[in-house]
Amino acid sequence: MKNKRLDLSYSQMKWETIFKQILKIMSVLILVLVAGILITLIVESMPSIKSLGIKFLWGKVWDPVQNIYGAYPFLVGTLLTSFIALIISIPFSYAISIYLGEYNPKGWLSNLLKNTIELIAAVPSIIYGFWGLFVLVPLIRTFEMKIGVAPYGIGVFTSSLVLAVMIIPYAASLGISLIRMVPSPLKEGAYALGATHFEVIRSVIMPYTRSGLFAGVLLSLGRALGETMAVTMLIGNTSAVANTIKDAIFGPGNTMASVIANEFTEADHTVYLSALIELGLVLFFVTVIINLIGKRIITKFTNY
Amino acid sequence: MDARIGIRNTKSTLFKGLIVFLAFLITLPLIIVLLYIIKQGITQVNWHFLTHVPAPVGETGGGISNALLGSFIIVVMSSIVAIPVGILAGIYLSENPGTKLAYYSGLCVDILQGVPSIVVGIVIYFWIVKPLGTFSAISGSVALAIMMLPIVIRSTEQTLRLLPPSLKEAALSLGVPYHRVIIKVIIPCGFAGILSGIMLSIARIIGETAPLLFTAFGNPYLSSAITKPMETLPHLIYTYATSPYDEWHNLAWGASFILLMFVLLLNIFTKLITRKWNIQL
Repeated sequence: MKNKRLDLSYSQMKWETIFKQILKIMSVLILVLVAGILITLIVESMPSIKSLGIKFLWGKVWDPVQNIYGAYPFLVGTLLTSFIALIISIPFSYAISIYLGEYNPKGWLSNLLKNTIELIAAVPSIIYGFWGLFVLVPLIRTFEMKIGVAPYGIGVFTSSLVLAVMIIPYAASLGISLIRMVPSPLKEGAYALGATHFEVIRSVIMPYTRSGLFAGVLLSLGRALGETMAVTMLIGNTSAVANTIKDAIFGPGNTMASVIANEFTEADHTVYLSALIELGLVLFFVTVIINLIGKRIITKFTNY
Repeated sequence: MDARIGIRNTKSTLFKGLIVFLAFLITLPLIIVLLYIIKQGITQVNWHFLTHVPAPVGETGGGISNALLGSFIIVVMSSIVAIPVGILAGIYLSENPGTKLAYYSGLCVDILQGVPSIVVGIVIYFWIVKPLGTFSAISGSVALAIMMLPIVIRSTEQTLRLLPPSLKEAALSLGVPYHRVIIKVIIPCGFAGILSGIMLSIARIIGETAPLLFTAFGNPYLSSAITKPMETLPHLIYTYATSPYDEWHNLAWGASFILLMFVLLLNIFTKLITRKWNIQL
């Protein structure tokens, strides 16, 4: 009897060790997965790194038929769409953060608005792309005719507009919780000195949350850089470099993600395919670095 | 003096007006998109639409049964891979904070969360599609499982961190072995939080298109073979939306409507769970 008990507890202890090992293996698996992604990207882009070298990044011509590969059009396209989207989205995400964080932090209206904004992020990007293609593009075309640029309809500006809407929730939901974290003695102190609500927001809340709000903007930038489907459907997919700034903003273009989506299954020789993967590698590095900086700022901010 | 206060107060009111205006203005695009998709899609949806494969060019009718079945199979397969791994890794992260492994794993979860979905598609192409020699549902599922993982891990970790330590200590002091404490006490207590993380991750991956372009690829026929290409809802929308035929556009509107309803219901349901159990994600 006694031995049986001991056996049981031994087997329980064995299970305990096995269970702990499983937990450990699973989290090692995550490390292996990320390392594997990185290694695969590097190995598969080796042919292009070897044959094209570093000048790949600023080569202005992308012509797979002539076997010339330059990433410049896509780097410009990605940066342009993301930054225009960011500039459009910032006033909105700050406004939502201030409204739901300071003016109206509780109650049904506040909850309703917060949930609605979170739903913006839930709608699949393919649906934004589809809607944009059939509803927004004709509108933009009329707008472009009015201001006197070539009326493509599709293009960098159209994709930026849709992107702007898609990335607002990422900056906003962080901003709301950060503004709610501002200690009320700080605000009350300012009110006691006779400050108006606007002055409290400008001189107390904004300086206090500046770095956190910046981190939110970084996170939404990371989203914008890697966004594929909506942009692919709306940007027009041309690899030529625009001659004027007007053309660059309103004309069609291409981003790193959209050129991969369009040409990956068509790439018929090694260097072509591997040049596309190198674009993926660049995209991976840029988004990862931006995300990690953003997260680092948030951790610092919330640990005060 | 009075005049200055007047100006400052007016400024404050104007600012508030501007903020309120901008905050509510942004719900407009969402409402417009939702209403438009509903208007275009709801007339397409009927029993025939749900149970038939797409009609060839030139024929009217047809449905999206291949995409519905494909999306279902692929989401189930990715859940089978991602949920256990995600929950176990999440438990490790919440149970061993401060260890080196937990720090680097946590870092990798952050990295995974930021990886653009198209890059995941490229990597899975080389891991699975190329060795198998064909696009397949398996490869699509693995790609989506990778997209699911960080969400499941983070929600598990954060839910379990919020549980009072006394729960675990009480169970351990009764002599319950560690693994039984986790399975019988910790997981049931955090169940609602973990479940809502899982539902959010499913809502996220069901609309993902980019990782499927080079993995599950798409298939105009009804197919349940997991080693063959398989159609999914978002991929069907992409191919049919960018086609030049009006009938195919209508099919894509119907498919968008169904996808959108599914995603929205999943999100609202998750919200209700988190509200009922009072969880912060």
